[in-house]
Amino acid sequence: MCGRKAEVQGTVPQPAALSPARRSAQKLRRNPSAVRSLAVLLLIVAFALLGPLVYRSSPEAIDFSRQFAGPSWDHPLGTDENGRDVLIRLMLGGRVSLAVGFFAVAVSLVFGVLIGGLSGFFRGWADSVLMRFTDGMLAIPGFFISLLALTFFGAGLTQLVLVIGLTSWMGLARLVRGEVLREREELSVEAARALGASELRVLWRHVLPQVYPTMIVNATIGISFAILTESALSFLGVGIQPPDASWGNMLTGAQNYMYSSPWLAVYPGALILITVVAFNLLGDGLRDASDPQGR
Amino acid sequence: MTLSYLLKRVFHALIVLIMVGVITFFVVRLAPGGPSLLADPKLSAVERQAIEERLGLNDTLPVQFTKWAGQTARGNLGNSFLYGAPTVDIIMTRLPNTLILAGTSLLLTLVVALPLGLASGMRPGSAFDRITSTVSLVFVAVPVFWFGLLLIILFAVTWRLLPAGGMNTAGQEGNLGDLLRHLILPAVVLSAASIAEILRYTRSSTRTVTTQDYVRTARAKGVGQWALRYRHILRNAAIPILTAVGLQLPRLIGGAAITETIFGWPGMGRLSVEAALGRDYPLIMGITLFVALAVVAFNLLIDLLYPWLDPRVRAEG
Repeated sequence: MCGRKAEVQGTVPQPAALSPARRSAQKLRRNPSAVRSLAVLLLIVAFALLGPLVYRSSPEAIDFSRQFAGPSWDHPLGTDENGRDVLIRLMLGGRVSLAVGFFAVAVSLVFGVLIGGLSGFFRGWADSVLMRFTDGMLAIPGFFISLLALTFFGAGLTQLVLVIGLTSWMGLARLVRGEVLREREELSVEAARALGASELRVLWRHVLPQVYPTMIVNATIGISFAILTESALSFLGVGIQPPDASWGNMLTGAQNYMYSSPWLAVYPGALILITVVAFNLLGDGLRDASDPQGR
Repeated sequence: MTLSYLLKRVFHALIVLIMVGVITFFVVRLAPGGPSLLADPKLSAVERQAIEERLGLNDTLPVQFTKWAGQTARGNLGNSFLYGAPTVDIIMTRLPNTLILAGTSLLLTLVVALPLGLASGMRPGSAFDRITSTVSLVFVAVPVFWFGLLLIILFAVTWRLLPAGGMNTAGQEGNLGDLLRHLILPAVVLSAASIAEILRYTRSSTRTVTTQDYVRTARAKGVGQWALRYRHILRNAAIPILTAVGLQLPRLIGGAAITETIFGWPGMGRLSVEAALGRDYPLIMGITLFVALAVVAFNLLIDLLYPWLDPRVRAEG
């Protein structure tokens, strides 16, 4: 029990007392699977972002004389059904898939924190209205609504980000609401009020920072969810549209050739799998690290 | 559990349903582009108008909404654009198939996830725990359609053990054994992610409960392993698990779109894909309302189960 309370109560600050963020970072460093996941994710991000700067090849150069070619000096991972270079498409597809993940989570964070935060902070009728809205969104099959929205509004990166983000904020909103309900009763919040801080300042400076751990954990898991959802939507033809590459649509395209050229499905499938597992493990590690009661 | 509490919950459920209906109605009608029936470029202006008239699309939006709301309140969801038949009838023919698949998957989820989650939660860090955790991590991370296709290639094509799709072999309708053989692959694919998720909840919930005094007491007085696990631990760990099961439901009923599409299973999931891609307004509205109703009803049921599972909830009212 060396939590925040101990620091407040103790008359002399202990030299070993660290800020919660510092303490969490230290705990995270001692969690081998989280550290490994972080390293893997950095590698994957570097592969997608920096890879195309080093490995220059056209992702859309079609060459029907070299369909389904095996690895060669020109095409280290071979070519696909249109004779396009697989490696460069994996890199650029990675940019798209990761972008879908990051931006969709950003949208879902904004909505989740806004709705959960306002709901928990102001309580009363605002809380009732916002929570019924959240319940309603939870009762709608999210995947179906995503599919609908994409057929109606067209499929593209922006639409995907918005649709995935707008159908995945509800869990976070509930968590944030719970935390805000608890935190607004804390001594520090009361003290800030007594000093004349405005409601908005109290919410922004004193309550919201307490919710950061929940947000971060939720975000890492959310990225996994978004990447998987993009691949599922690709399967139904409303994901990122060819010729642009994403891991999801590369995997979808590869399913027709799963017998003759299984590697076409293996590469994007493995990248999705590794990325999603790594984000989930990192999320678990962060959860353990930010839990003041954890071992 | 008082009557007023029950009424309040039912009232909330109703509000949620109405909201779902209104939101979907406006999202669908305000979206650009009409139903796919009107997308045919060969249609003349007269034919187009006739179709719009027949489908009731030439009214202003408020008029359409009032009509729709009035009909829906009386339980009439209108006729499907694609099938020409009443939406309710179409859903009712698909619903049993989805319930068979969703029910089997739910059962499979509980039968696999609960004992495994309990066992790994009681021995965190053991080899068994690490293996189940790794396997469930992979199951959560695999794209559903990829997993499904992999199983089809292995079990249906390479080893020829199970059928690749459909609900029955032609001429074998009503044969339970045949249905079960068709059910195995889709049920495994549909429950894989749920199993992994429920397993995680069971594990963490069990971990919290095993350190409680009453478990130590039970152990000390010599309660058998089985009774300890299922009577003392699982029952106390049940509430968060049950809540998590409730959250899996929309996915099982309405979200089986991918699984049903891969395996050619004639259920609601595939129907929803057809409705969305065909822009069939009444069918879209019908499916959304229907799934929402099922989810809301199930969550209400779970709420009502809490006091039975945990008498402390009963005391608080």
